[in-house]
Order: sequence, then structure tokens, then C-alpha cells
Amino acid sequence: MSATDYGWLILAFPLVGMLVNSFGWRVLPGRLPGWIASAAIGLAFLAAIGALVQIQDLPAEERTLVDSAWTYAATADLRADMAILVDPLSVFMCLVVSGVSFLIHVYSVAYMGGDRGYSRYFAYLNYFVFSMLLLVLAANFVILIIGWAFVGAASYLLISFWYRRGTATYAGIKAFVMNVIGDVGLVIATFLLLNETGTVNFEQMFERAPEVFASNDVTLVFACLLILVGAFAKSAQLPLHTWLPDAMEGPTPVSALIHAATMVTAGVYLIARTFPLFELAPTAADISAVIGTATLLFAATVALVVTDLKRIIAYSTISQIGYMVLGVSVAAYSAGLFHLMTHAFFKALLFMGAGSVIGAMAGIQNIDRMGGFRRAMPFTFVTFVCGALALAAFPFTSGFFSKDEVLAFTLNRGGGFVVLGIVGYIAAALTGFYAFRMVFRVFWGDPVPEARELEEGHLAHGEPQNPMTGEAEDTDVGFPGPEHHIAERDWPMKAAMGPLAVLAIVGGFVGIPGLTDTIEKFLEPTFEESRFATTHPSDGAEWVGLAVGALIAIAAIAVAFTVYVRRRGITLEWRDRFPAVHRFLEHKWYFDELYDAVFVRPAFTAGSFGRRVVETDFVQGFIVGGATGIVRVGTSFARAIQTGYLRGYALLLLLGLAGLGLYFLIASS
Amino acid sequence: MDVVWFLVLSAFIFCIGAAGVIIRRDPLVILLCLELMLNGGNLALISFARMHGGEAGQVFALIVMVIAACEVVIGLGIIVAMYRNRLRIDVDEMTELRG
Amino acid sequence: MWFEQVLFFIVAAGALAGALGVVMLRNPFYCVLALVVHLVSLAVLFLLLQAAFLAAAQVVVYAGAVMVLYIFVVAYIGGQDEELRPDDSLISSFGPLFAAAIAIELCFALIGTGLESLDTRGADVGPGFGSPGEIGALLLRGFLVPFEAASYLLLVAAVGAVVLARRRRGIEEEPPGTPPEPPSETLEVRV
Repeated sequence: MSATDYGWLILAFPLVGMLVNSFGWRVLPGRLPGWIASAAIGLAFLAAIGALVQIQDLPAEERTLVDSAWTYAATADLRADMAILVDPLSVFMCLVVSGVSFLIHVYSVAYMGGDRGYSRYFAYLNYFVFSMLLLVLAANFVILIIGWAFVGAASYLLISFWYRRGTATYAGIKAFVMNVIGDVGLVIATFLLLNETGTVNFEQMFERAPEVFASNDVTLVFACLLILVGAFAKSAQLPLHTWLPDAMEGPTPVSALIHAATMVTAGVYLIARTFPLFELAPTAADISAVIGTATLLFAATVALVVTDLKRIIAYSTISQIGYMVLGVSVAAYSAGLFHLMTHAFFKALLFMGAGSVIGAMAGIQNIDRMGGFRRAMPFTFVTFVCGALALAAFPFTSGFFSKDEVLAFTLNRGGGFVVLGIVGYIAAALTGFYAFRMVFRVFWGDPVPEARELEEGHLAHGEPQNPMTGEAEDTDVGFPGPEHHIAERDWPMKAAMGPLAVLAIVGGFVGIPGLTDTIEKFLEPTFEESRFATTHPSDGAEWVGLAVGALIAIAAIAVAFTVYVRRRGITLEWRDRFPAVHRFLEHKWYFDELYDAVFVRPAFTAGSFGRRVVETDFVQGFIVGGATGIVRVGTSFARAIQTGYLRGYALLLLLGLAGLGLYFLIASS
Repeated sequence: MDVVWFLVLSAFIFCIGAAGVIIRRDPLVILLCLELMLNGGNLALISFARMHGGEAGQVFALIVMVIAACEVVIGLGIIVAMYRNRLRIDVDEMTELRG
Repeated sequence: MWFEQVLFFIVAAGALAGALGVVMLRNPFYCVLALVVHLVSLAVLFLLLQAAFLAAAQVVVYAGAVMVLYIFVVAYIGGQDEELRPDDSLISSFGPLFAAAIAIELCFALIGTGLESLDTRGADVGPGFGSPGEIGALLLRGFLVPFEAASYLLLVAAVGAVVLARRRRGIEEEPPGTPPEPPSETLEVRV
């Protein structure tokens, strides 16, 4: 089978899984939907490996294959096929997506047990994976946009999965609206590019782009900026990031899959895929780099003070994606994508660990209420620490190699990029700090009652309540289910977290600069057209960067240890001494309030104006009332004839008869 | 005898009946005036039958008589029902068709 | 012949007098009687027009059955005199006006040009013209369908009259002899 055949299989398996779970939800018993969905993704992963093998067999120049199933749209200027593009980049993304998705599916089999929406969940999850794979395998903008939109829809469905919760539905709507803003940007960008280059096909467009566009052509810059709008909306970068923390309303595996490992990296993939356009429009690439940097700093600062465990991880996701965006914007494509891969490993792992802890806490997510789980949950503790080490870029973990490679590239570009690089290192320090803030707050210290109960052997139970607002919830609904699952007791969760922990620690070894560089070599055929293919930092420079990063990480972890273990409570003093700063960070730099004032309230005002004035007064009163009023006035004279007076009617009859007679008399004479 | 005289007479009878329908307020008398009009028509029909020599006109007049009888029956039934329901026997009082 | 003409004028005067009596007499009973006079006069006129069978039918059916029915109803209703207050509404003045207009128009039509083409003496008719036999033959041969339809109509009318005037359960009936109470001003239709 050729690589493109495997490509179609990669798409087919999740689709079939989704259909089976959707239509068979009544008949599939117990946990079978979960295993079916996991098997579908597992098969997709195997197909991705098959594609990998096939592609590696080909000589490097020929590793870009396009296969078209049918002509999707052929109109005046547009020809879009239902085509997939199998090249190293897309195979890389398929492997990451399907691999991590498979593990998260397995985790969910146990985590979502007892939930009444079990089959629905797995149908949605398979739908999401299918959409994401469609996105990365797309060979032209049209299919990409289709996958893009599907992924947004899947995100909405899964964020508001427990749709009886008001906060969840609001969060889903918020995510969807912001995604749509990105969609609009992407679609308009496609229009512009189609208009200029005459094609939506990636290969053809990238061939024609240098001929059609001069460097920094205004249209191209504008189109690239619009692509960035799309990418930033999907990847939760400034200013379109506010949906991601609220998206934590969804179940934890959803947060792990969509909002850490895969969907939010779609923006990064998009920038990487359209790199020829960005290289022709350096302005847009620079803007992208700056925004990426600003985001990673912003998110790191907010993660220092937020108290909801999942939201700390969410902000760390925003921050890490900032690194990826920075990477692909400074033409460090393989570095950025390498960081994408390692981030998928450790972020999914962190979320899984958080899910386990939240299960032990009977649904409570506030770290102020957590502590001392070290003894009660050893497996979760170990895996969580692995993930945190990778996040903090501790030496020789996977995050270490990937993040510091990105920063080394950035510094190597020189000029203004040095500033970005330094900001990146500062944020790396903050990252290390807050990563271990999580670890020390949750697992160190005196065990809280829930931990004590667990040490004695039984899982804590709590009143079902909304973790954000604390309001009590109705259990008759059936979702979220009444059971809470922790890794120590459910083997699927262990089976998923274990491999990820191993990968988080050793996964970096594929990218040791100078030694292995596997990722870089693998992705080379895709990016060989890049102008920066040769402006590679030397191995020595990379090792220096790695050393600096290692020092920063170790220092940050040490500081966190001091603050949270040795001198517990010092953070409270800091909060009292700098209340304004604390408030500023806690309100996430007041972005939500800003958007509320600028967009939401005017929209509400416009809506109520529309209802009051336009609809009620104008349409109902004037137009409808006016029309009926005119008819009523017009016919009132006709109603005057209907007196109900019998003799009057008889008189009219007679009158008519007389008139007729007169007419005939005159006519015949 | 000129048949025209008969026709003129039938016209007068018809018009007297029409005037009576409009002038009178008692529904009984209005029905009587309706009978007048019908008789005027009958007379005209029979005059024309005599004029043309065909008996179709007479058959027509016979059928008209039948219909007049039916109509009288129904009309009187209505008047009796009105009386039973204690309505005023006065056509000016019945204005439910007012719109 | 002169006899016919004299008879015609006498009988025509009687018919017109009866018609005017129906319209102008106040007491409905007298109106019915005036109509009877009118109907009998019309029967004679029919005879003059060689419609013997129809004359007989007029007397028997119309003056005999229908008018008797009328008299029964007038007796039942009570037949109060119409109020004597002058009816000065527009309708009462315009009604006769329009009727007169129609009469004048018809006269113009009849006496004027319209019928000059016809022989106003009438066609020559045989001795059996208007006899029951010929009318009967025509009914059963040429006009069978109208004949049947008319008889069906009679049936329907009879049933309808019974339905209209039957007593309905639930309405209290005064013992016979008590005068009917003054009819209420409001129209309450109880069925």
C-alpha cells in the first residue's frame, strides 16, 4: 500500500469509530464504546506508522505525495479536490495526534466511566480526531478549512459536554465565537490568496507565490495576517486567548486532548504549512513572533496566581504554544514542531494527572484545598512530577531539548530577535516556577482530609457541585457521573499515563543537537525550500543555549521549593504586599473585562435596541400595524353598507333592478 | 284581446308587490307582498304562453306556484319560530347581519 | 270580443285593488283577505288567457291551501296592527319611488318598441290549449326533470317547516290561554 492509501486509512478509522458509536449508542454495553473508539484511534496510529515507513522508503525529493479522491468543487476559478497531502510534516502531525489521542482515549475509558453520556463522549472524541487528521492531511485550503471548522465544532461539543451546567455552555459558546473569528480570518485569507495566485492547492500556491508576490507585498502581508488571526484564534494566542481557560469546563481528558496536545496546535501547524508565504512576507512573520512572545510571557505571569489546577495548566498551554508560534515564526520549523510533540506528551500527562487528583478530591479543582497527596497517590505523583519536569525544561527531559532549541534559534537570528529570546528565557524561569508551584501545592505539605481518607483506602465523596461556582448540581441528569476515578485504582488510566511519563522524560533524545537531530532530518524534505534552511545555529551555540536553559530551570525549581516547601505561607505575604499586582494577574490582565466592555455590552445594547425599537415599534407597530390600519380604514366604508337592515337590502335590490331595466331599455332603443 | 294589457297589468302587480316589500315592517305582510310579485310573474308567463301558443309557459307557471308554496311554508315556519322565541315580529329589529 | 274586454277591465281592477289592499291595509288579517281577492281575480285572468288548468290550480292550491295556511299563522301569531306612528325613514319614501320607476320602465318596454314585432293578438291555439291533459303530457314528457325536482323541493320544504316550528324540550311552555308576555327588547335566541 502506498503512503496515500495509508493516509486515507488514517482518516477512515476515526470516522468509522464515530459512526459506530453514534448509531449504536443504545446497544453497546458498558465500556465497549470506549474500547471501540480507542481501537479506532489505535488503528489510525498504526496506519500513520505505515505511512511513515512508506514515506521513508522514498527518496527525499519525492516525499510529497498528493492523492485526490474526487473533485470537491470545480467552479469558475476554483478547483478544489478532496485531496490529502502526505509528506513528512503531515505524517509527523498524524503520528503525534493519533498517538496521543490513543492514550487519551484509553484514559477516558476509565475516567468517564459511570457518565451517562459515555457513548456520546467517545463519538465526539472520535469526530474530533477525524477532523484534526483531516486538517493536517489537507492538500488544499478548502479541505483545511473544512477540517478547521469541524475541529471548532468538536471543541464546542466537548467543552459543553456536560451541558446542564450553565458555565459549561457559556464556555462552549465563548470558544466557538472566538474560533469563528479565526475562521473568518482564514477564509478571507484564502480568498485573497486564491485571487492572487489562482489556486487553493498548497503545492501549486507555494510554487506560484514567489512569482506572483514581491517580498513584503501588501496583499500577501494582509493575507498572512489574516492567516495569523485564524491561527491565533485556534491556538489561543493574544488577543484571542480568553476562551481557553474557560474551556476547562469540559471533562479533563478533553482538556488534555483538545486544549493541550492537538487542537490548539493547529495554528502552529498552519503557520508551518504555509511557511513559504510567511517567508515572503517577513513583516507578518515578525508580527507573529512578537505576539507569540508576548503571549508566552503574559500566560506565564497569570499562571503564577491562578488557583484552579486545570486553569494553571491551561495558561501554561497558552504559554507553551507561544513558544511554538515563536519557533515557527523565526523559521525554526523543526524546533517549533519538536516542541509541539514534546508539549503534547507532557501537557497531556499533566492534565491526566490533574484529572486523577481532581477525582481524589471528588471534583474540587481549587489547589487551595489540596495538599499532601504524595503518600496517597504515588503513581499520580510520580507521573505528575515527570510532566512538571518536562514543562520546566529540566535538563535532559524532552521539554528541555525542544524549548531550548527554539530559544537558541531565536537568539541566532540576531537583531530584535535577541530581545524575544531573552523574554523567552525569563518566561522559562516563570514556567519552571509555576510548574513546581503546582507540584508542591498539590503533593507536598500536610495531607488534606481527602488525602487522609485515600491513605486509609477509600475515595472521598462530595456533594456534586459546579467546580467553578460551587452551586449544587442535579444528579438525576446522569452527567457528570457520580463516580470519581483515580489512576491508582483504574488500570486504563495507568496504562495511558505511564507511557506518556516515559516519553516526557526520554522523548527529547530524538532531538539532541548534533547527535540525533532526528526530527530535523525527518522534516527536512518539507522545509528544504526555506530561506533559513541554512541559517542554523551551530551545534556549539545550541549547546550553550541548552546550558543556559538548564541553569534557569534548576534555579526556578529551587526557588519554588524554597517558597512552597521551606517557607510556606510567604506567598500570602507577597499577596498582601502587592495587592494591585495580584489582582491584575488574577483577573488575567483584565482581558475578559475589556472584551466585555468593548464587544459584549455593545452587542447586548444593539440587540435590545433591535428588539425594542426596530422589532416592536417599527416592524410591529408601524409596518404591520400600518398595513392592517390602512386596510381597516379602507374597508370601513364598505362595512357601512352592511347595516343588517333587511328593508335596506331589499331597496338596494330594487334599485339594482331598476338600473338594469333602464340599461336594457336604453340599449335596445 | 291584446295580450299587452295583461303584460302591463302583471308589471303593475309586480311593482306594487315590490313597494310593499319595502314599505311594510310586519314579516307576514312582507311575505304576502312576495306572493304578489310571484303572481305578477306568473301572469306574465301565462300571457307569453298564450302569445306564442306554447304550453311551456304554463308549465313554468305551475312550477312557480309549487315553489311559491314551498317558500311560504318555510317563511311561515320562520315566523312561528320567531314568535316562539319571543322575538319582536318586526324586520327592523333583526339586524344581526350588521357588519 | 267586447265581453272579454269588459271582463278584463273589471277583473284587472279587482286584482289591482287586492294588491293595493295588501300593501296598504294595516291589519295583517285584512291583508290576507285582500290577497285572496287578488288571487281569485288572477284566476279569472288565467281563464281569459286560455289556461284553464292553471286557473283551477290557482284557486285550489294558492287561494285554497296557501292562504288558509296564512290565516292559520295570522291567527296563531295574533296579528297585531302595525304601529300607527308614521314611518318617516328614507326607505319608506324611496321604496315606492323605485317601484314606480320599474313600472314605468316596463311599460315603456312593453308598449313601446319592443313588442311591435310580435302579433299581440296571440297565436291561434287549438281547443285543448291549457287543458289538464296537455299540461300533464308536457309535464311527463318534456319537463320531467323540473317536475321531479319540484316535487323533491316540496318534500324538503315540508320537512324543513316541521323542523323549524317543532317544540323543543327545555323551553317552558305557558299553559294555553295566557297571553304571551311582551317580547323582550334584547334578542335572546334560545334553541
